[in-house]
Amino acid sequence: MTLHDKIIRYFYMTTFAFLTLTGFGQMPIFKRYRIADIPGLGWLAEFYVTHAMHYIFASLLIGLCSYLLAENLLNARQELKITITGYAKAVMILGLIITGGLMIFKNLSGTPYSPLWSLCLIFLIYRYVWFFLFSA
Amino acid sequence: MIHTITRRAFLKGTVSTACSIAATSSVVKAAEALKNGEPIATLIDITKCVGCEECVHACKNANTDKYPKPEKPFPQMYPSGVKTEDWSDKTDIIERLTPYNWLYIQSAAVDMDGEEIELNIPRRCMHCTNPPCVKLCPWGSAIQLDNGISRIDSDTCLGGAKCQTVCPWLIPQRQTGVGLYLDILPSFAGNGVMYKCDRCYNKIAQGEIPACIEACPENVQTIGSRDQILKQAHELAASMNGYIYGEKENGGTNTFYVSPVPFEKLNEVIEKGKGKPHLAKVANSMETGDKLAMAMLFAPIAGVVGAVARFYSMSKKDNQ
Repeated sequence: MTLHDKIIRYFYMTTFAFLTLTGFGQMPIFKRYRIADIPGLGWLAEFYVTHAMHYIFASLLIGLCSYLLAENLLNARQELKITITGYAKAVMILGLIITGGLMIFKNLSGTPYSPLWSLCLIFLIYRYVWFFLFSA
Repeated sequence: MIHTITRRAFLKGTVSTACSIAATSSVVKAAEALKNGEPIATLIDITKCVGCEECVHACKNANTDKYPKPEKPFPQMYPSGVKTEDWSDKTDIIERLTPYNWLYIQSAAVDMDGEEIELNIPRRCMHCTNPPCVKLCPWGSAIQLDNGISRIDSDTCLGGAKCQTVCPWLIPQRQTGVGLYLDILPSFAGNGVMYKCDRCYNKIAQGEIPACIEACPENVQTIGSRDQILKQAHELAASMNGYIYGEKENGGTNTFYVSPVPFEKLNEVIEKGKGKPHLAKVANSMETGDKLAMAMLFAPIAGVVGAVARFYSMSKKDNQ
């Protein structure tokens, strides 16, 4: 594994870890379960902080995915072999990005979604996250 | 037979007729706004409020069916430090917001032009134009209707109180022992249902006006399309050289208070605390999120630019 690939891997894992953590932070669980009482983790109970961080790490994930996609297209890596699990992960990441994007759109001012649509979107995201975590 | 009308009876009749006309006019305005699919808003002229609490009682009467009917004893909560909230034995409280009281009157004694005056301020949910309670609810239980009303669906709310935490005025109030959480993991997740003013959305949907407006003998509130009501609020504020609260707070709300006294001054003297919202300036809570969302549009571009830059650098190295 080259240094470049190692950096990409580290960057991806860090991004995904924070994305998951701040994603769970959207639910009122860290305060209830006193995780936010652990020194240094108080920010997990601050909803606006976790919300902003979630957006920042989502941007990083989107940037990283775009980078990798563009890099592979430019290099036209013939030797790159993607396993079935790899394809499944790619589909799940794409699903997360699309559903996440729809949620962000929902959160913008003046975009009222129907309650049913919001609920479906939320459950779709949770489903993707759980699938992804289990597959990882 | 000749009926004599006393002066008192005549005045009473005139006032009731005026109230009816004003209320009818409100109904027409609200109905028109609804028909056009416009957001609706309310103007609250606090100089008119006498603090009679007719609106508070009307609100309670109109919404009795929506109030929580908790099952007791409450489930044991884990971890043990998780507090339950029970208002079911205190349903008569009207001095603050509770799950059984969605509107209350806040009083402020202030000095105006060297004279002490008392102002009464009906307080309830402001119905923000971009409500954080709705946008950030992790279950989609807080919803915003097309007409701008935000409400909490008591059938799906789990009572995590995130809506209360993210609300700049901490409006929603929790009742434990009721709602969906009882059917899932009552001891480990959820804690009841959150309640707040829903602007009598069901009455509005039928072309009626909210109970608090209907009952007010002083016509403190005027409801109609947001643009029209905002214009009216500005005219009223200009006529009394006064101030507006709710137009810019939290990025804009659908409730406009008009006062002859600056709201900073009112905020200093009103009683604030749990269930008693402030009148301070409020920045747009969702602004950072909105800006970050816009910035996110550049993330794919940045990724592609990075890949092209690397490709160019590698190609250059290969050529050397």
